[in-house]
Amino acid sequence: MLEGVEKVYPDGTQAVADLHLSIGDGEFIVLVGPSGCGKTTALRMVAGLEEISGGQVRIGDRVVNGVPPKDRDIAMVFQNYALYPHLSVRENMGFGLKLRKVPAAEIDKRVEEAGRILGLEDLLDRKPRNLSGGQRQRVAMGRAIVREPQAFLMDEPLSNLDAKLRVQMRAEIARIQRDLDVTTLYVTHDQTEAMTMGDRVAVMRKGLLQQVDAPQVLYDRPDNVFVAGFIGSPAMNMVQASIETSNGATFVCLGDQRLRIADELLAARPALAAYEGRKVVLGIRPEEMEDAACAGENPDDRRLRATVDLVEQMGSEAYVHFSLKAPPVLTDDTRELASDVGLDDQLERRGEKATTAMVARVSPRTRAAKGDSIDLVVDTGRLHFFDIDSSLAVWGDPDRAATTTTTKT
Amino acid sequence: MATAIDAPRRTDAPGEEAPRRQGSVAARLSRAVAKGPLNVILLLIALFWLLPTFGLLVSSFRSAADNATNGWWNVFTAPAQLTLDSYQSLLGDARMVGAFWNTVLITVPSTLGVVLIGSLAAYAFAWIDFPGRDWAFITVVGLLVVPVQVALIPVAELYGRLGVFGSIPTVILFHIAFGLPFAIFLLRNFFAGIPAELLEAARIDGAGEARIFFRVVLPIGLPAIASLSIFQFLWVWNDLLIALVFAGTDAAPLTVAIREQTRQFGANIDVIAPGAFISLIVPLVVFFAFQRYFVQGLLAGAEK
Repeated sequence: MLEGVEKVYPDGTQAVADLHLSIGDGEFIVLVGPSGCGKTTALRMVAGLEEISGGQVRIGDRVVNGVPPKDRDIAMVFQNYALYPHLSVRENMGFGLKLRKVPAAEIDKRVEEAGRILGLEDLLDRKPRNLSGGQRQRVAMGRAIVREPQAFLMDEPLSNLDAKLRVQMRAEIARIQRDLDVTTLYVTHDQTEAMTMGDRVAVMRKGLLQQVDAPQVLYDRPDNVFVAGFIGSPAMNMVQASIETSNGATFVCLGDQRLRIADELLAARPALAAYEGRKVVLGIRPEEMEDAACAGENPDDRRLRATVDLVEQMGSEAYVHFSLKAPPVLTDDTRELASDVGLDDQLERRGEKATTAMVARVSPRTRAAKGDSIDLVVDTGRLHFFDIDSSLAVWGDPDRAATTTTTKT
Repeated sequence: MATAIDAPRRTDAPGEEAPRRQGSVAARLSRAVAKGPLNVILLLIALFWLLPTFGLLVSSFRSAADNATNGWWNVFTAPAQLTLDSYQSLLGDARMVGAFWNTVLITVPSTLGVVLIGSLAAYAFAWIDFPGRDWAFITVVGLLVVPVQVALIPVAELYGRLGVFGSIPTVILFHIAFGLPFAIFLLRNFFAGIPAELLEAARIDGAGEARIFFRVVLPIGLPAIASLSIFQFLWVWNDLLIALVFAGTDAAPLTVAIREQTRQFGANIDVIAPGAFISLIVPLVVFFAFQRYFVQGLLAGAEK
């Protein structure tokens, strides 16, 4: 669908660079990334609202670069809904059909149908100003649905809703998309939306596509530090480490502590052998750690000792924030990830002290409290390793070269 | 009236209406007492302001002889002197009736022309990208400071050379030309405030520029257009200077005709009073007809 698309603004800013993305029929693709990564620009180029500086956008077999939006057979849901304030819900939804000279009876039928799908039957004759935020959002969806287009384009449609409504509409949009089986390109900065809604998720950063994969693959096998840090909540912990071997076992050293890397992980990441004695970025997901006091069997070479900074008790689980005596990773990626959540100064301060702030998601039965020393058991079969210079994941298996930054599918 | 532009942009969902003003009877009473002096002063000022108009109204219902001998306030002691004679003679005066129609013939096209051309230009300035757009807009806004007076003689010369001097269309043309800078300025700023997403939604829905203009921008811009129409209508309706310069005898509007009734020593109050009153009623009707549009902010509900 998108072939080497790029967007350069007149002032020279490159918003999107060499974007390749092909979307299957009926597929739900989520474009995700921090603000300013070019995801919305990419969507607007598909919509025809933004000129394309290079490359081709195809819908079906048709190159649509020069085709005006109205002839692209797409419908778009906007972040702020963009309902026509002077028209009723019914007229809002029917507007596009009316302009296309669809017979009135057919418009009525489709609007009623969309109203039924979205639970708006009783509101069809109201004006947008008399609707709540969630209802307006649904009208915006309805306006797209009645058009029966080849593709839906959605630009952060849930970002203006409150948290509870967002979860509900998330499920609803995913359901409607599945029922209608319409190809959908969905833009969001919320990785939870990306993970829960997308058939595949495309992660973007600074105009560059980082990785396109099914949500679980993205989570399990991130291609680089950025994707690893962006997908997952709480985010993956990243720390500088080095690889050592002794007595036929391979260890990863973090400061003065070390973890023995599970054999099956070594087998899955053969390239790791080449990193012996070198620095790497070690990634540990919060959920791969457990309070040793709550875990059963826990050999010494799978434990980390650290000081607890804070315990957040969630009821079903507890987040233990702790400081590890090992230098944090200070690269463009980790800085951008930190600034995305507003923690960039903290990262720099940590860098000076050579301690890394980490989070573990442990059993709610943990007794750890602020200031305590805690032993954490790490699932050493699920560690992530990245090259510290290139930020790329260290794999080395033949069917998945770690050198690809853009995944072509 | 300019508040139309800042009219509330969004209202909240049903059930979230602003909490109704509440309070015990005592609280309301004390508020009324506290505001009492202010209200009285405002009322007095308003009455004082209305006094001349009221006097004009009363004079228009008195005979010329009565008006010449004593003041209009005598009507309170002798209400029997009220009469419709002035209006009757006015309506029989072909010159005045003709002038009234001239005013209508000048005002309506001048207003429609300014609104139509102004809104089209404003849309282009707000939403269509063309080279030199910002400079062109600044130039138009700059024209706001050009006083009408400096153009009177050159334009009169031009009209004279073209041989069209003195006709109604020339007066209309002048009014439109001098009404446009303000119209474009006002409407462009209002149109520019319409969220871009709304126009993009229309574009994706299949609307071209013309459709976007007529089906989306104009309905949403109605409050601004209503305000502008009222302004422009009043200016043109009440204009004396331009009409005096450009309208020949046959094209003279009411303002000119009424002015002719004032002489060096005194005035024909029996013509001026009813004439002025008729000239006052039409703009009032126009004002009340349009005012409901700019009370409400039409953008409410478009977003979020």
